[in-house]
Amino acid sequence: MHSFSYRANAVVTFAVTILAVMCGMASLSDNFNSPSPTADVKVLNINWFQKQPNGNDEVSLTLNISADLSSLFTWNTKQVFVFVAAEYGTPQNALNQVSLWDGIIQSKEHAKFWIHTTNKYRFTDQGNNLRGKDFNLTLHWHIMPKTGKMFADKIVMTGYSLPEEYR
Amino acid sequence: MGWVAQRMDSIPSSQIRRVLTQIVSLGVIVTSALIIWKGVTCVTGSESPVVVVLSGSMEPGFKRGDILFLQMNKDPIRAGEIVVFNVDGREIPIVHRVITVHERHGTGEVQILTKGDNNYDDDRVLYARGQLWLEQHHIMGRAVGFLPYLGWVTIIMTEKPIIKYLVIGALGLLIITSKE
Repeated sequence: MHSFSYRANAVVTFAVTILAVMCGMASLSDNFNSPSPTADVKVLNINWFQKQPNGNDEVSLTLNISADLSSLFTWNTKQVFVFVAAEYGTPQNALNQVSLWDGIIQSKEHAKFWIHTTNKYRFTDQGNNLRGKDFNLTLHWHIMPKTGKMFADKIVMTGYSLPEEYR
Repeated sequence: MGWVAQRMDSIPSSQIRRVLTQIVSLGVIVTSALIIWKGVTCVTGSESPVVVVLSGSMEPGFKRGDILFLQMNKDPIRAGEIVVFNVDGREIPIVHRVITVHERHGTGEVQILTKGDNNYDDDRVLYARGQLWLEQHHIMGRAVGFLPYLGWVTIIMTEKPIIKYLVIGALGLLIITSKE
C-alpha cells in the first residue's frame, strides 16, 4: 500500500485530474466574456474587373479595413484569426463566400488595427455573374484559446456593389 | 531489480480461477473503453472525434502535437470554419480552414476551398489530380475545441513504434504478474 509504484500512481492520477479540471475551468471562464467588437470596411477602388479565359469573372479591389477587436481577448486567448469575405448570390449558387483577406492577431495590443490593402486572395466567381452585382462584406473572427472551446462570430456590412461593365 | 524477480515467482502459484478472473477483467476494461469511444463518436457525429495535429500548416494557432475535438452535423459548411478532411487516396487527414464556399440552390451542395493559416497557397495542390473543390462528404468534422501538447504521446507512438511495443510489453507483463 505504501510502495513506490502505488504512490507514483496516486500522484500522477491526481495531477492529471487537477490539470483537466483547470483546463475545463479556463475554457468555461471564456463564456463570461461579452465582447463588443467594431469593424468598418471601405472599398477604396476597383483596380480591374475581367472575365478570365476559363469563363470566370475576377475582380481586384483595394480595401481599407479598420476594426477594434480588443474586447474579444481574455486571459485564455492565444490568438484571434480575422478575415474579410465577400458574400453574394448568383442564379446558380444560393450563397458564395469568398475570402479576400485574413490576418492573425496575437495580442490585445494589436487588436485595434487599420489596414490598407489589395485583396490577398483572388475574388473569383464560378461563372460570369459579377457585373453589377451587389454584395456584402463580412468581417469574421475566430477566437483560438489556450485551451478549450473555440468561438467564432462575424459582423455583416451591406451595400457594396461591383461595376456594370468590365474594366 | 528485486521486484521483477518477486513478480515472476508469483506465476506458478496462481490458480486457474485467478487467471480467468484477470482475463475477464481485462476484457471488461477493453470493452468499456470501446463503448465509451463509440458513444463519443455517436454524440459528436464525427467518425474520429479527436485528432492530433501533425503538421505546422496551422501555426501559430495549432502546433504539431495539439489535440482537436471535432463535431459534425448537417449544417452547411461556411467560410472560416476549421475542418478536417481526407483527400481521396491519402490516409492522413488534413486540418485546415475553409476560405471559399459556393453553395448551390435547391440541393444545398457546397464546393469548398481550404487553406492552412500558415501556408502561402490554398490547398488545390493537395487535392486529388483534377480536383478543384472539396465537397461536404469529404469533411470528417469541424474543430470546436482544442488542447495543447497532449497529442505528442500519439505522435511518438506512431513515429517510433519501438516505444509502443515497449509500453505494451511492460503493461502486459505487469498485468500478468500482478497479485490482484
